[in-house]
Amino acid sequence: MLAPHRLAMLAVALGFVAWCALSLRWEWLPEYFPLLLEGLWRTIWILVVTVVLGMALAIPLGLAQAAGPWYLAAPARVFCTVIRGTPLLLQLWLLYYGLGSLFPQFPWIRQSELWPILRQAWPYAVLALTLSFAGYEGEIMRGAFKGVPRGQLEAAKAMGMPRLTILRRIWLPQAIQRALPTLGGETVLQLKATPLVATITVIDIYAVSSRVRQDTFIVYEPLLLLALVYMAIAGLIVLAFRWLERRVPQRVA
Amino acid sequence: MDGLIAALGLGPTLDLLALEPPGWGGNLLRGLANSLQIALGAFGLGLLIGLFGAYGKLYGGPVLRDLLAVYTTVVRAVPELILILILYFAVTDAVNQLLVSLGYDRIQISGVAAGIAVLGVVQGAYATEVLRGAIMAVPAGQIEAARAMGMPPVMLARRITLPASFGFALPGLANLWLIATKDTALLAVVGFAELTLETRQAAGTTKAYFTFFLAAGALYLAVTLVSGWLFGRAERWARRGEATASGSGR
Amino acid sequence: MKTTLLAIAATFVLGSAAFAEPVKIGIAAEPYPPFASPDASGNWTGWEIDMINAVCAAAEMECAITPVAWDGIIPSLTSGQIDVIMASMSITEERKQTIDFSDKYYNTPALVATATGSGITPDAAGLDGKIIGVQTATTHADYAAKHFAGTAAEVKLYQTQDEAFQDLAAGRIDATQADSIAVDAFLASETGKACCESVGAVAADAEILGAGVGAGVRKGETELLEKINAGIAKVIADGTYDAISAPYFASSIYGG
Repeated sequence: MLAPHRLAMLAVALGFVAWCALSLRWEWLPEYFPLLLEGLWRTIWILVVTVVLGMALAIPLGLAQAAGPWYLAAPARVFCTVIRGTPLLLQLWLLYYGLGSLFPQFPWIRQSELWPILRQAWPYAVLALTLSFAGYEGEIMRGAFKGVPRGQLEAAKAMGMPRLTILRRIWLPQAIQRALPTLGGETVLQLKATPLVATITVIDIYAVSSRVRQDTFIVYEPLLLLALVYMAIAGLIVLAFRWLERRVPQRVA
Repeated sequence: MDGLIAALGLGPTLDLLALEPPGWGGNLLRGLANSLQIALGAFGLGLLIGLFGAYGKLYGGPVLRDLLAVYTTVVRAVPELILILILYFAVTDAVNQLLVSLGYDRIQISGVAAGIAVLGVVQGAYATEVLRGAIMAVPAGQIEAARAMGMPPVMLARRITLPASFGFALPGLANLWLIATKDTALLAVVGFAELTLETRQAAGTTKAYFTFFLAAGALYLAVTLVSGWLFGRAERWARRGEATASGSGR
Repeated sequence: MKTTLLAIAATFVLGSAAFAEPVKIGIAAEPYPPFASPDASGNWTGWEIDMINAVCAAAEMECAITPVAWDGIIPSLTSGQIDVIMASMSITEERKQTIDFSDKYYNTPALVATATGSGITPDAAGLDGKIIGVQTATTHADYAAKHFAGTAAEVKLYQTQDEAFQDLAAGRIDATQADSIAVDAFLASETGKACCESVGAVAADAEILGAGVGAGVRKGETELLEKINAGIAKVIADGTYDAISAPYFASSIYGG
């Protein structure tokens, strides 16, 4: 049974939600519901795709910095520093409008096969978010790779295990295991970065709430609904990572 | 030097970035000054909120702890952009409606103040966690000894807890400062004249998008690198005299 | 001694009345030539800026030009961050439900710009399967949503009009609809001359496109509204309007 003060707070919270539902203006919901679902779907798939691709890029970046020769480690370090040192909004606009401003100078681009993709906005959003995630995770993976006990790697090498197998069987799994608690938080941070894609005309759920505001002049209700949706998604991400952590053994020898 | 610039074809680019008009460099630097001003204000406000939040979470009653937990969870789960929009319009709206209903005139809340308030609230949630972790890292024996000697709580905080936790808090605070400087870019979406907005306006007027976005990126990077170096020195000073940690993994 | 003190006190009291807060005139924080665009020294210049200064001088108000983001300009007004909107905002019935408008100070049609030789016409049939870009929260966005969304492949919403023009030049969109003066200014620029042309005005729809451009104030601010209307009338009557317009436009943009 919940402690009495928690019950009181829960009652207050439910009362607040009920007041919001009854006295604020929600008449726009039925009309914009399909658009909201479309925006929600776009937010989620952009999040999943950029996290997966970003991790795929982060692993070599971290490995290069932890164990690579200087000509691989230095560019990786520069990349991570630049990504972490500049705002994501700037990176997004640089890719979309910066590259866009080059198109008129190279007319042959419009005839190429890639043009239908280069024309749209979502590839730039995916690229910017992927590079951003890779930059931050590359730094985390570097620490994770360095944190795996050297003794294990040396023992495997002494047993004659080929380098790639050591990476695949010992180094990488343990590094990911070390990084897993942080990765959940980083995924939530990536979720919080997704609304920025609305500034380059990608219709995610934040863009839909902006559209509702422009059409109906209602300011707060769409934003409150949006905050609720993001909290729900963040909660799901945290639960998913907790489940994942329970599946993966935590204690390292 | 001039010959090298001409050979690389950078002449027009550097003209655009010149500090004096018709170069836009002066505008960009003004935007940077605005950004740093807001970042400093937000960081300071965040620290203040974080201090009260950390103490509340550690030593407060159950209701206070739950309220603070709600605050930190909401801020850490909702995107900053949404929070900035809600707070930016709601705060000024609420304050003005209150004043009008009480019979006073509306007041003008400057863009700087609104930006600092909004980003400070966001920073406060993260600072609460950082400072809470740092305070918990202070050896409990020291605090117990001070309490046993009858030291009043404020003096205890001032003389023992806060100085000792400073070294533990620094890496987290360095991170928070960098987040503050980068979050100021989000204020461009509400039209506040900081570096990212000035860059977009300069780029939109001159159509030299690449030039200006790269220049703004270089400015942000410079701020990051200088801040990193400063915080590194602060951390070395805070940890002076501590035994060096043994190498990881052995 | 007593009279001196009294005199000083009186000066303070009378002086403080003159130290009133300036009226914050909100403009869109984006380059929108020739109406308002930032220059390299951080000042805003353009026809609309000159108009704002003239109206304020005629109405004897002290004004402070405050750039805010276009898509938040009405919430900025209603929440008190600015007092007046003079950002080329069209007077429409829909907006009148939230804010009050002054008399109009200019009225120009809406044009569609496309890449040179595209063969697009400014109607639903001509935009069949094409991508049209508009600025969000404008009458052009509402017009495109009502008339073109059925046939066009996509209606892209941009935060600022110059971004829409930029994407038109880059080829990401096939057409954009905007105010005729803004389109003309873009087509006169280097980028615009090289890439694009105007294909004419859209069919009239007064309900959506509005009845000209006016200044917006919060509902109920009748005193401020009267001052602004008086200022606009005076500027037009004594020829300042024509004097301001002469360097920018060949003929008057006051419209019908």
